[in-house]
Amino acid sequence: MDFQSCVNIKKEWDIVGARQLGRDISRKIGFGTVDQARIATGISELARNIYLYAETGEVCFEALEDMNKKGIRIVAIDKGPGIKDISQVMEDGFTTSGGLGAGLPGVKRLMDEFDIVSQEGEGTEIIVVKWLR
Amino acid sequence: MRIPILKLHNYLLISIQIDLDDQTAIQFQEDLLSKIHESGATGVVIDLTSVDIIDSFIAKVLGDVVTMSDLMGAKVVLTGIQPAVAMTLIDLGIHLQDVPTALDLEQGLIKLRQELEE
Repeated sequence: MDFQSCVNIKKEWDIVGARQLGRDISRKIGFGTVDQARIATGISELARNIYLYAETGEVCFEALEDMNKKGIRIVAIDKGPGIKDISQVMEDGFTTSGGLGAGLPGVKRLMDEFDIVSQEGEGTEIIVVKWLR
Repeated sequence: MRIPILKLHNYLLISIQIDLDDQTAIQFQEDLLSKIHESGATGVVIDLTSVDIIDSFIAKVLGDVVTMSDLMGAKVVLTGIQPAVAMTLIDLGIHLQDVPTALDLEQGLIKLRQELEE
């Protein structure tokens, strides 16, 4: 199983679409209900960040299969305003939206791997991975 | 999409059985407050047994509606939060403190009755 599918984030409903697709894919990979909820919630937060800050972008999913482990990689990309100070947004409790999102530290805790690349004025790319245990 | 709100004596009962999007959640918040206003209900149970995702936004809407209802004089209890949802909320850093909860609808009604008698 090695596929990649993407959901465009343009309207609010796409947040639900993205997390439902992510949940379906993680179920097929074999994740249990708790990890499915973690993955779907993480996707929801990432997709909402795109919708709130960049307006449009996409969330892509890829099933990972290594020699002895399986997982899912989720990539959230936008061409929005970018993040000026990444260390600041990674602090618990930091918000620019008035508490609409739990923010990136929460997403990081939900997943196993978390990478962020952002250039001010160019956009943001966040890559997260969850491994099947 | 509208979430049905049922009235039973002095209580309002809501069972959320769909994947909540932001708009539906906000609509529900408004509908519930209007329903409290027009019915004079003193207690509300929101059952979340069928909800398998609560992200930060939905959590905020639910937490807010508890506070808003409280301001109006109605007590709200959230019931039936699934184990996976509870774990995910804590990972996210959302603790929903000060929000009354109960294991299921039955326990929720018992809790409401106790709180309203105090």
